[in-house]
Amino acid sequence: MKRYSAFAVAREALTGHRGWERAWRRAQPKARYDVIIVGAGGHGLATAYYLGKRFGITNVAVLEKGWLGGGNTGRNTTIIRSNYLQDPSAAIYEKSRALYETLSQDLNYNVMFSPRGVMMLAQTEHEVRGYRRTAHANALQGVETRFITPAEVKKIVPIIRLEGPRYPVLGALWQARGGTARHDAVAWGYARACSAMGMDIIQQCEVTGIRRDGDRVTGVDTTKGAIACDKLGLVVAGHSGVLAQMAGFRLPIESVALQALVSEPIKPIMDCVVMANTVHGYMSQSDKGEMVIGGGADGYNNYTQRGSFHHVEETVRALIETFPMLSRLKMLRWWGGIVDMTGDRSPILSKTPLQNCFVNCGWGTGGFKAIPGSGWGFAELMAKGHAPLTDSFSLDRFREGRFIDESVAAGVAH
Amino acid sequence: MLILTCPCCGVAADEIELAPGGQAHIARRGPDSTDAAFEEYLFLRDNPRGVHFERWRHAMGCGKWFHAARCTATNEVFGTYPAQTTEPPQEIRDRIAERRTDQPKDSRA
Ligand SMILES: Cc1cc2nc3c(=O)[nH]c(=O)nc-3n(C[C@H](O)[C@H](O)[C@H](O)COP(=O)(O)OP(=O)(O)OC[C@H]3O[C@@H](n4cnc5c(N)ncnc54)[C@H](O)[C@@H]3O)c2cc1C
Ligand SMILES: [Zn+2]
Repeated sequence: MKRYSAFAVAREALTGHRGWERAWRRAQPKARYDVIIVGAGGHGLATAYYLGKRFGITNVAVLEKGWLGGGNTGRNTTIIRSNYLQDPSAAIYEKSRALYETLSQDLNYNVMFSPRGVMMLAQTEHEVRGYRRTAHANALQGVETRFITPAEVKKIVPIIRLEGPRYPVLGALWQARGGTARHDAVAWGYARACSAMGMDIIQQCEVTGIRRDGDRVTGVDTTKGAIACDKLGLVVAGHSGVLAQMAGFRLPIESVALQALVSEPIKPIMDCVVMANTVHGYMSQSDKGEMVIGGGADGYNNYTQRGSFHHVEETVRALIETFPMLSRLKMLRWWGGIVDMTGDRSPILSKTPLQNCFVNCGWGTGGFKAIPGSGWGFAELMAKGHAPLTDSFSLDRFREGRFIDESVAAGVAH
Repeated sequence: MLILTCPCCGVAADEIELAPGGQAHIARRGPDSTDAAFEEYLFLRDNPRGVHFERWRHAMGCGKWFHAARCTATNEVFGTYPAQTTEPPQEIRDRIAERRTDQPKDSRA
């Protein structure tokens, strides 16, 4: 792998840009791998990367039915924060946020991490109490957050209306080192680094069956033929239920569409991320100037990749209430992704009823921020059978009643 | 927009008139059940990419609960039926079999 650098840019500029390499090799499946990861989204690719980097396991294939990063990783609104309530969440999300700080250097790929600050508005007394509690919890967890006053909110975000018709802004939970990153670059950066370690990333290769011998997995059937493996990792977000069905077990997961939209580009008006959970909407401004807006998830199971219109209407209504100046903005693009929701709104990183098969799913509406941390922990789980970051997120927590309840901490999709 | 006909009052209701209630035909477990049975009842779901039997409430209409058979990938509706059933009626299964040759007869299997 040729490294990217200022020197390389200068050299290529002088030689007509003919020396750039493909970022990753186009690979065809071998007959057998030590580890197969199903799903080349951020979580699958990060898992493969840390398997190689931390544990020296490089005989790895990542199988992707479409194109890499084309699932939720390429469809999300890229908010990164770690101001969760429960200790296991704070640990994995903060590990992840910290890895994002130096990910560009680590991968030698600019993921455009922008710690511009994340503000979660408190618009009811209940939310004020909830966020104060989260701020206290975060202080104990070593996650830097602060509850700020309406005056501070207005100072950071001058375009906001504090006295909304339904819900006035009563304060906010502020995480200064939260922010955004470029979603595609995160997938591409990990893919390039995996390929450089000799791993095969195989696109247009859908897994159609899982081969078993008793309670062991022996390999997978794909649209490019059968491939054998010693260990299998299922990292397919909204399609986890489909893969679990192939493997012969059930998951505490339901899949629903979650939508987002972006406006026409405008001059800079807001330099942080604002989330408004009570009215269901959140927004940031991309480097191109588009307002990036995320809304609510559908209430019923679906794989339609599109979502119900009334959620967009609700989201836009809420945003105009909070940011009246947006009312004449045209919307340019609008899309949906299929997210995997668990009962306690926390992810599953776990062993399964099959001995050598592991799942990483249930990130639902908020897993982009977790990609580096999840990959870090899940690689350890796959390599060693347990990992401090992931042990609390095992499947048996549902049977044993050890929920990691984050549904209150995150009332809105993000 | 998804439209389901409420079998109780006969209104063809838009989804904004309805409240979704998740997977249908889940048997409620009693106090003597094992942890595994409770886990299944409370959390484990089929979550199919295909035919789904599910509960709905006509929340902004007559207020009654009912069942629907719908494809989660296309939103094709195979029919609605009363809530007072423990499994999909034969008529609904026949309609699914007719339209979906790729689906097993009982897609819960
Ligand atoms: C609209 C929207 C906004 C969001 N906003 C945010 C946000 O602001 N912040 C945040 O932290 N999170 C956000 N999320 C959530 C985040 O996008 C996801 O949690 C995260 O990207 C999941 O990554 P993943 O790698 O697990 O899944 P994905 O990126 O979906 O990757 C899974 C891959 O598996 C592949 N696959 C599926 N089935 C098969 C098969 N049979 N064989 C082979 N491959 C298969 C898919 O094609 C896909 O590429 C948002 C999600 C959506 C939809
Ligand atoms: Zn009715």
